[in-house]
Amino acid sequence: MSRNRLMAIARKELIQIRRDPRSLLIAVLLPVMQLLLLGYGISLDAKHIPVYAYDQEGSQFSQSLLKRFQASKYFDLVATVADYRELTNAIDSDRCKLGIVIPFDFSRRLRDTGAVSVQVLVDGTDDNTANLATGYARAVIGAFSADFQQRWLGRQGLTMAGAAPISIEARTWFNEDLESRNFIIPGIMALVMALVGALLTSLTVAREWERGTMEQLISTPVTAQEVMLGKLLPYFAIGMGDALLCVVMGVWWFGVPFRGTLHSLFVATALFLVVVLGVGFMISVAVRNQLGASILALLVTLMPTSLLSGYTFPIDQMPAAVRAITYLVYSRYYVTILKSIFLKGAGIRVLAGPLLALTIYAALIGTLATRAFRKTLD
Amino acid sequence: MYRRIYHMALKELLEIRRDRWALFRLLAPPLIQLLIFGYAATFEVYHVSAAVLDFDHSQESRELLSRFTGSKRFELAALPANRDAIRSLIDRSEVFVAIQIGPQFAQLLRKGQTAPVQVVIDGTNSNTALIALGYIGEIATAFATDYQTDYVNRVAPRYAPFVPAVTMDERPWYNPDLNSQWFFVPGLIGSLTLMTIVNLTSFGVVREREIGTLEQIMVTPIRPVEFILGKTVPFFLIGLAEAALIALLGCPWFGVPFRGNLLVLLLGTSLFLLSSLAVGLLISTICSTQQQAFASGFFFLTPAFTLSGFAFPISSMPVLMQWLTYIDPLRYYLVVLRGTFLKGTGIEILWPQMLAMTALGAGLLTFSVMRFRKALD
Repeated sequence: MSRNRLMAIARKELIQIRRDPRSLLIAVLLPVMQLLLLGYGISLDAKHIPVYAYDQEGSQFSQSLLKRFQASKYFDLVATVADYRELTNAIDSDRCKLGIVIPFDFSRRLRDTGAVSVQVLVDGTDDNTANLATGYARAVIGAFSADFQQRWLGRQGLTMAGAAPISIEARTWFNEDLESRNFIIPGIMALVMALVGALLTSLTVAREWERGTMEQLISTPVTAQEVMLGKLLPYFAIGMGDALLCVVMGVWWFGVPFRGTLHSLFVATALFLVVVLGVGFMISVAVRNQLGASILALLVTLMPTSLLSGYTFPIDQMPAAVRAITYLVYSRYYVTILKSIFLKGAGIRVLAGPLLALTIYAALIGTLATRAFRKTLD
Repeated sequence: MYRRIYHMALKELLEIRRDRWALFRLLAPPLIQLLIFGYAATFEVYHVSAAVLDFDHSQESRELLSRFTGSKRFELAALPANRDAIRSLIDRSEVFVAIQIGPQFAQLLRKGQTAPVQVVIDGTNSNTALIALGYIGEIATAFATDYQTDYVNRVAPRYAPFVPAVTMDERPWYNPDLNSQWFFVPGLIGSLTLMTIVNLTSFGVVREREIGTLEQIMVTPIRPVEFILGKTVPFFLIGLAEAALIALLGCPWFGVPFRGNLLVLLLGTSLFLLSSLAVGLLISTICSTQQQAFASGFFFLTPAFTLSGFAFPISSMPVLMQWLTYIDPLRYYLVVLRGTFLKGTGIEILWPQMLAMTALGAGLLTFSVMRFRKALD
């Protein structure tokens, strides 16, 4: 392999990228757009859940329960309605997610029988929000009940039970405020790298075939390996630049913590880029037209990375068969590494497993990509 | 006029039929995505791996811990010997949550004081962590209530039936088991149809320009409006067929109910297809190659999916982004889809969505037809 020829190909490719506004658009605008759009658009946190209340009793006591909902940062008590139909209508037309119905004999039943229940209607359409909202509502009502119970027991002279029996002291590690943004932004970075890498490289060889410049390239003394490496080097540099851009935007713009070391991030990103660029290159060699190549590239990179990498949907909750497939998805390892580096500050030692998997992938794809391209004209 | 539109439409359908790959391209991506999405996209939380550390070894502490490990939400994954082991277990993602009971747990309980239970949770995936914390709170509350009832029973049995408690009677409507598939599968009908139709329409027109057959058509007596109608009517029909296919395959497969009116769904789908076709046409007026059309489609589709509320609730977005969602046709169609499938709502509730889609579709279509005529001249 001659360094001279390699650099010549790389330079040619670089000039081509520079002169093609579309490639530049993909390389620079796409990462920024994706980060802004997904960084702001993807939030799983349920705060300010709109609540309608139907207070049949309307007493001071029932109001004190509703006040607790109002005070919670998770709920917004939007309106109090006068009949059941209005409540169901509000849920049907998406004006609220939660409807609280306090029975007309709320205080009396509690006094006489000691047990009363508050009906909470939940719009279950969006199961995740519904799940979170139900949990928060249960906590609000539970605290209300416990407070009342303790006061009652205290009045009966049962002072032993004057305090809540147990309390949960929860400490959250790595993502202390439980912001979904903090775990989604590292995932978006993987998505961006996969997209940019595969989309850009999928075009390089296909373009030469489509425009007929491949014949010219074949008639020069460059070897197949030099063509491959020379073509991929500029994209590797662009990918690294995009990675840096993602980190800078994630940390300074979105305020995601960065607790790991830059060099572990650098190593992981380099390995991931080798895999992604290799896949893009192979697609480009196999499908000799640009359109087919980019559709295929999108299909094999975007879909698995966004669905099966664990970037939003937790892998351990998937059915066993799907979980087995995720081991084949190379982005899975990169997403794991990124989340660990950003949030956990894990060093190379903890990351050994996923890094090894990425290395194996890089070696495999690298070898296959080198073999894939041959300097023949058929 | 109708004859010319008919022939144009016929030509388009023939072209799709003769393309060996067209059918594959039309069917494979939606079906694969339907399967993967149906199975992989879940926010439900079950079998969270937990480490348990009991320094008390009392009857009470064992009782509490067995409530955790006995629930289907948590699974005992490790019994670390000391506090330091928790660190490495969570670092290596071997456990997601660690529950630790101090040495004086039972003693404090018996004295009537609050006994703390320490919980360490991996917050990396904040959503799972939030839901798991909710379940932990639920189990702890149930334990506390039972303990207190027991206590009153022992000390003052005559009060026992009167200890007041307010409970919550929750009724998750429309999706009683809070099943993620019920949320995602109807939404997929919208997003997959949008993707297919935008790509088909923009490719269909740009291809003619790319191969140069557009000029041949221009010398025929066909008028621009007839050309556009002839081009779009087949895609409209394909869009309807695709939506029907996804619904007919996905819903029985994943057990998603259909509770509304079929006609309302049909109306909503037709209105939604208008906007999709318009976007496709618009893309075709700014692109000269299929490659460009593909890239432009991608730039339109990503925000359209993200802003639609397909996977992530619109109410959690920043206000500025919430405003942007109003120009996303998919946003309205998703309300219609989830309304008809899960809620069984009719036109009396869905009319604002229909109106919005009509306005968006008409506006976009007029704009793209105007641009298109200019591009043809």
